[in-house]
Amino acid sequence: MPIVTDSGFVFADETDALLSLDAMLSGGGDPAGGLEIANDTDPRDLVPHFEAVGLIAVTFPNFADGRGFSLARRLRALGYKGRLRAKGHVISDQYPMARACGFDEVEIDETLAARQPEQHWLAVATRSGHALQARA
Amino acid sequence: MYRYDEFDDRFVRERVASFRSQVERRLSGALTEDEFKPLRLQNGLYLQLHAYMLRVAIPYGTLNSPQMLQLAMIAERWDKGYGHFTTRQNIQFNWPKLQDVPAILEALADVGMHAIQTSGNCIRNVTADHFAGAAADEIEDPRPTAEILRQWSSGHPEFAFLPRKFKIAVTGSPNDRAVTKAHDIGLRMVRNAAGEPGYEVIVGGGLGRTPMIGKVIREFLPKADLLAYLESVLRVYNLYGRRDNKYKARIKILVHESKLETIRAEVEAEFERLMAEEAGPTRALSAAEVARIEAYFAPPAFDDLPDSDAGLEAALAADQDFRAWVKTNIVAHRQSGYRIVTVSIKPIGKAPGDASADQMRALADIAERYSLGELRVSHEQNIVLPHVRAADLPEVFACLQKADLATANIGLITDIIACPGMDYCALATARSIPVAQDIANHFNSPALAAEIGKLQIKISGCINACGHHHVGHIGILGLEKGGIESYQITLGGDATETTAIGERAGPGFAYDEVVPAVRRLVDAYLALRTDANETFLQTYRRLGAAPFKAALYPADIGGSGSGAGGGWPKAKAGPSLSASAQVQQAAHSQYVFYHF
Repeated sequence: MPIVTDSGFVFADETDALLSLDAMLSGGGDPAGGLEIANDTDPRDLVPHFEAVGLIAVTFPNFADGRGFSLARRLRALGYKGRLRAKGHVISDQYPMARACGFDEVEIDETLAARQPEQHWLAVATRSGHALQARA
Repeated sequence: MYRYDEFDDRFVRERVASFRSQVERRLSGALTEDEFKPLRLQNGLYLQLHAYMLRVAIPYGTLNSPQMLQLAMIAERWDKGYGHFTTRQNIQFNWPKLQDVPAILEALADVGMHAIQTSGNCIRNVTADHFAGAAADEIEDPRPTAEILRQWSSGHPEFAFLPRKFKIAVTGSPNDRAVTKAHDIGLRMVRNAAGEPGYEVIVGGGLGRTPMIGKVIREFLPKADLLAYLESVLRVYNLYGRRDNKYKARIKILVHESKLETIRAEVEAEFERLMAEEAGPTRALSAAEVARIEAYFAPPAFDDLPDSDAGLEAALAADQDFRAWVKTNIVAHRQSGYRIVTVSIKPIGKAPGDASADQMRALADIAERYSLGELRVSHEQNIVLPHVRAADLPEVFACLQKADLATANIGLITDIIACPGMDYCALATARSIPVAQDIANHFNSPALAAEIGKLQIKISGCINACGHHHVGHIGILGLEKGGIESYQITLGGDATETTAIGERAGPGFAYDEVVPAVRRLVDAYLALRTDANETFLQTYRRLGAAPFKAALYPADIGGSGSGAGGGWPKAKAGPSLSASAQVQQAAHSQYVFYHF
């Protein structure tokens, strides 16, 4: 699965190792390899685990469901400093928004990557998602 | 008024470029139709019944003469020579071609305008009192707040994919002309006990299929905390608002189902976290930033004038039409010797809110010469000249007459709000513009309209209520039943600070029964009121719905399930009796006007 970063696509092999929230909370694995959470997760449950978690991936079931953006902001506001990934149906036009909300990267599937190749993401990677606020 | 700086300019130019790219990527298949749709909507482009429609943002309804001229140019070059001013203080072009849209957006950017977030599930164009900075009753100018919100909400990365659209309105006057209680968030500028400026924050109001009056979520919010608090409200809404049913997705439903106290606690907790963040994107508004924005809205260079003017008095004495126009279309200004002029975009029998390119140019020219270059769009779909010298009123009236813009009907029965309805809109279930035209034609006598006095009729062509029918003194909602238009009438709605949702009167009326039904309501009011000073709404509140329902559904002329009024005599246009004669007759007979 391609992972989109500011410098383009990266193909990592770690993506199968993400732990579910239930598995982590029941002590069923080491979250150092990464945790995958739904976009309706209460981030306050994760606070005690922030240090132990190597990566949090927030799933986007549909690009029009913007809960993941607010969840990312909440995780950052609660003090999560680790790697944060938006995973699923995120389109290239949303990349600057995801970055501005605190995500470090986006994971998309092969089909979406074929439809929206690397140059589409690079074209917007440097664009401010919110130029008017950049003034403040 | 606000002028774009380099940041604003770069932002809107980038948006034009990205929209061009989105159109190209839609054509290439990189974006699916589902993916393209919200991007298109967030750039103001709708697919309507017959064509695309471009909705251009007029932030808090404020524009200058060059901007109005550019709108006229766009109407002529890329549309059919007219535009439609909306209840959201925007303008819509009904016939642009898709391939022309990027060029139109460029033309808008050239005069510091855009179509960003005039649609879609995002924070929409912020609206405010159309008399801002001019109103005699104003506590504080709401425009700097509205501009700060425009900048904050435009392209906000977190709130572009909300459960549903989100509308914010601001007022700085105790007399609420911005309908703040019928918005997702309403802000009323107030002062606390210590005299410090801040906001009363109202949440969860709205019209549409589930009309609700907004509730106060925060009695007093210090000015500096505005963005952090609103960001907290939006975050709670984005996370918890319903996404399973688009008709239950507005924040009003969340507030209603979760209870205000729960939402308030969530918002306050989020607000505390935000304020504690060391360097989050939202900080307390700096005094310097507020001062920078406020400087744009410093009062213009008013002349020091006596409040009355001999020339004006002479014109008032000499010209009856002018006198009628001044009576209805002019209100007091905060500055001595100035008046606020409302130009009616409701000439009798025309589509409410439609203005031709020629009329837009005339308005731009009149504003340049007589209103310090400024214009406003009101949510009642009229144009305001905010700063006109009292002495100039006769000339302004003459110029407006030449442009067919001198209708003296502001606040009267023919000053009707109507959505585009079946004539344009893909969602509409019934016509609304023709209903407005029929009612205006029926009550086309200025003397009759003046006699009836303040009466707001608002018409929506579907349950989404763009015509604000819920808050009309008389509201008309066009629905479709078995392939036939059916119009429901609501009574007693109120769009001001004493907001009320109108009460449904009873069964619907067929299209050609609407005018007679309105007529019966009006006649009942004229017969029931204590005197000419008691308005329709006051009479309704004093007596309740019963006598009006009785007038709407009189037993002797049908009143079966499909409504009443069949075979009702059609009134001739233009009564021949004097207004005073009408008053006398009205006192005797409910149906007196049918004798004309």
